[in-house]
Amino acid sequence: MMDYIIGHINYWLIIAVMMVGMFTLMSRTNMIKKLAGLSIFQTAVILFYVSLGKVEDGTAPIVAEGFSTYSNPLPQVLMLTAIVVGVATTAVGFALVIRIKEAYNTIEEDEIRELDAKS
Amino acid sequence: MSMTMLIAISMLLPLAGAIVVSRLDRVPNIREAATLVTAVILFIVNILIFGQFTDSDAKLIVAEPMPNLTIAFSVEHFGMLFALIASSLWIVTSIYAIGYMRGHHEKNQTRFYTFFAVAISAVMGVAYADNLFTLFLFYEILTVTTYPLVTHAGNDKARKGGRTYLGILMGSSIAFFLPALVIVWYVAGDTTFASGGMLAGKLDPKWAAPLLLLFIFGIGKAAVMPLHRWLPAAMVAPTPVSALLHAVAVVKAGVFSMVKVVGFVFGTDFLTQSGATHWLIWLPMLTILLGSLVAMTRDNLKERLAYSTISQLSYIVLGALLANSLGLLGGSLHIAMHAFAKISLFFAAGAILVATHKTKVSELDGLGRQMPFTFGVFLIGTLSIIGLPIFGGMWSKWYLLLGSIDYSGPEFTRWALLGTLMLSSLLNIVYLAAIPVRGFFVSSDQKMAIKEAPLPCLIGMAVPALMCIVLFFYPQPFFNLAMAGG
Amino acid sequence: MMQQISILLVVLPLLAAPITALVRGKNLAWLITFVLTVVCFGISLWILMDVTTGRVIHYELGGWQPPWGIVYTIDSLNALVALIVSGIAAATMLYAPRSVEKEIPDHLIPMFYAMFQLCLLGLLGIALTGDVFNLFVFLEISSLSSYALISLGKNRKALFASFNYLILGTIGATFFLLGVGMLYAASGSLNMADIQTRFAEFENLQLVSTALMFIVVGIALKAAVFPLHSWLPASYSYAPSTVSIFLAATATKVAVYALIRCLFDVFPMQYWLEMLPTIMITLGSVAVIYGSVRAIQQTGMRRLLAYSSVAQIGYMIIGIGLINESGMTSTLLHLFNHALMKAALFMVAGIYLLRANSTELDDLYGLGKDMPYAFSAMVIAGLSLIGVPGTVGFISKWYLLEGAMQTDHWGVVIVILVGSILAIAYVWKLVEALYFAAPQKPRVQNVDSGSDTIAKSPMLMLVATWLIVIANIYFGIDTELSLGAASDAVRSLLGTGA
Repeated sequence: MMDYIIGHINYWLIIAVMMVGMFTLMSRTNMIKKLAGLSIFQTAVILFYVSLGKVEDGTAPIVAEGFSTYSNPLPQVLMLTAIVVGVATTAVGFALVIRIKEAYNTIEEDEIRELDAKS
Repeated sequence: MSMTMLIAISMLLPLAGAIVVSRLDRVPNIREAATLVTAVILFIVNILIFGQFTDSDAKLIVAEPMPNLTIAFSVEHFGMLFALIASSLWIVTSIYAIGYMRGHHEKNQTRFYTFFAVAISAVMGVAYADNLFTLFLFYEILTVTTYPLVTHAGNDKARKGGRTYLGILMGSSIAFFLPALVIVWYVAGDTTFASGGMLAGKLDPKWAAPLLLLFIFGIGKAAVMPLHRWLPAAMVAPTPVSALLHAVAVVKAGVFSMVKVVGFVFGTDFLTQSGATHWLIWLPMLTILLGSLVAMTRDNLKERLAYSTISQLSYIVLGALLANSLGLLGGSLHIAMHAFAKISLFFAAGAILVATHKTKVSELDGLGRQMPFTFGVFLIGTLSIIGLPIFGGMWSKWYLLLGSIDYSGPEFTRWALLGTLMLSSLLNIVYLAAIPVRGFFVSSDQKMAIKEAPLPCLIGMAVPALMCIVLFFYPQPFFNLAMAGG
Repeated sequence: MMQQISILLVVLPLLAAPITALVRGKNLAWLITFVLTVVCFGISLWILMDVTTGRVIHYELGGWQPPWGIVYTIDSLNALVALIVSGIAAATMLYAPRSVEKEIPDHLIPMFYAMFQLCLLGLLGIALTGDVFNLFVFLEISSLSSYALISLGKNRKALFASFNYLILGTIGATFFLLGVGMLYAASGSLNMADIQTRFAEFENLQLVSTALMFIVVGIALKAAVFPLHSWLPASYSYAPSTVSIFLAATATKVAVYALIRCLFDVFPMQYWLEMLPTIMITLGSVAVIYGSVRAIQQTGMRRLLAYSSVAQIGYMIIGIGLINESGMTSTLLHLFNHALMKAALFMVAGIYLLRANSTELDDLYGLGKDMPYAFSAMVIAGLSLIGVPGTVGFISKWYLLEGAMQTDHWGVVIVILVGSILAIAYVWKLVEALYFAAPQKPRVQNVDSGSDTIAKSPMLMLVATWLIVIANIYFGIDTELSLGAASDAVRSLLGTGA
């Protein structure tokens, strides 16, 4: 049992990070904090991919003398794309928050809901 | 010309006419001439079809959206009967409409003639439909295309009436007719009409009654109570439209569909065996009586006629539900007889409206002496509806009575049927005959010079009234068609 | 030759978008986009004609062989979806110029069109790709651009709607990514065909079922499957009209397509057959009833239509859940048909928005009489939504009914009937408000005074709307193209005959 937990320690940590992200996303009304939660959530998934590619005793996947075991490069390559997507999402999100701030003069979700209900 | 060509022409011709008519807004004379010419050609086309359809099983398949579900047309006896009535009455109605629309200074006359022609095209589609799916399609198109006609006046009252019209007809057909269609297709695997029915042996007899009920309620155009409200509501329309609704197209499309469903989907034998009609037949019976009773209480002339139509339509539904050949014969004959009689009545009512601007029965005292022709036509229509000899209406009632005697259901129902038919004829006398009686015999203190309606109106009225009498002595064409169909 | 052309569908928008963004004039920007969409439409049509003969187009990106490289595998299903997307895009662009001019600030218009092209690129990419990670990338390209597009709506509520969509959409995408990661961990491959052929090797890993769950939930969020639909009504009702037309007609459809792809071509059917169908049928049924009831309660035309979309997606999900040929055919047909009806309806809503500056029903009272062409287009599309014979809506409902009856799901039959009756109610509500209700005093603050164009519906908008409306009727009568492609696709999905 202990072995199982320790052997998968990276996954446990990733799940913890993911939950932190999810919780922030759900529990906050401040939009900036929500976006922060979203980023943490995405980061957890990226970490998950990267740790998938880890091979015991493997090195960076560059062919060189004296190394025969390499980590799997594919997940890392994929994550480059995912990071770009994540950055783009966050950027669009922040842009939206700025415009919301301009339009409503607040970035608290509940206050916006109130304002919307009135109009 | 080949059969399929003729069928296609019968539907395309009114459409082409509609397009031509819609372009002739500036020149009313030519526009109306175009309408008349189209109507006459259509009638000739139908006569041509009549001449050669018996030895032809031509089928015009337009499209096949789904396997075994086609949009197809073919000619069969009942459809022929219906197409002949509708197309001949279109001519009459057009002549009448020319006088009425001008005499009454209606607006948007071009729109009126255009949609009228489109509606006739839809009627041809209904008449020649080869399967239930096609029938349904054109049934719906007919509802939609007659809507601008019903709300012709364009005021709030017209729109309110139109709303009821559209709401009930569309609603009932989608809520009941469509599911019934789906069930038929699912059970039989096909919706093509087959002489003698296509459900026998495929549908558990105990489900026949619920399915038939779906059809009765779904075909709202047949105006079986409680789905009759649209007919009085549609009275806001101009008189030629009312004639179209009541005599030529809409309600007749409804009862025609009913006859088709009973004769060609269920099959009379299957329906009799299943006993489905034992309690369903009470629906048209009640409608006949209640319709007549309500008609007695109405003072508005057109509304009274509307309730009379509701009552008369149920004769046809009743004839279909008797589920024997005599009943079907009587029912389909009544399609013809009622059409000519009711159109006379409506034309007369419209003529009274055009000449005197009166709409209430109670205001008609003594008018008959000033408008003898109009009231004469009204009298002929009345007598034909009552079913007295020397008028065509007698035949259909005669066969309906014979059919009722043949009815295979419980003894009590049979007596009830006979009683209903008798009582209803008496009620007809009370609520319809009272009108010409008032016109001719009650003297009025009003002194004003009233002239007959414009000449085209009179011509339009004379023809169906004459037909009522001619059909008594010479019912063979319709009789043979109805006979062969049943 | 054909292979090379297929990739153009993705490459062309990718090249055109930055160019459009740099263009100054709004008319030029529109022209580029319009030409682009028409070309894409032509290509998709060509591809569809080509693949319905049973051929499958393979295209290996950069010449890398699968399963290592990314491959585009195009069969009838891909081609059908690509055709829907590009066809609707072309019609939307035909419709767009006047509406965009009015709703988007002038200096943003070229950007707007560039964004639109990116969205098109994303959706077409999803439709064509045969690689699950590539699918994710395209999903995000289309989603990101649609967040931006939605936020351009005039009402400030659009911003908030877009933000909520962004949060939920990203959660969905991340779930999907997580699922793909797990699947990769189990299979070591990202190629759909490769995963499926080797599925037996890792079938028993628990990881695989977790992956399935994450993927399904992730895509379901994007497809707005009940109960994950909460982002949809607000987004569609506050976005600029052009955007609501395009997204309502295509975005959720493409997500449903992705769901079908993943369920049938990544995971073998037997793998989830015991668990998912019941859930899908239940959720779909609830969606139909819930969406329709909520639609009836709405007071805004676009919001009403958006809830009706939730209901219509329910039909598609039911169709998948039935797992038989008719059910699947109905889903694929409904992808096509629903795109046509919703595009037409949102186009009409856009015309009203242009003229009345509002799509709230009480602002529109009686407008149908003034705008008979737009109104009658709406009625026909509405009839199609109800499923009246002679329109496309009937065809897909008919197949759904057939599927339900063949598999003895009588509950579904009742749901379909009730759903149709509720659809009558909400379509009638529109007709009632637009035609029968007496016009209220015109709200002066909502109308640009002194403009005579306000009295007319712009020609291009009407032409586009009526093109779609006629398609609604045409494909309800001549079903050869849609039905042919759909049944072809179903046969290959279900593996019944080739």
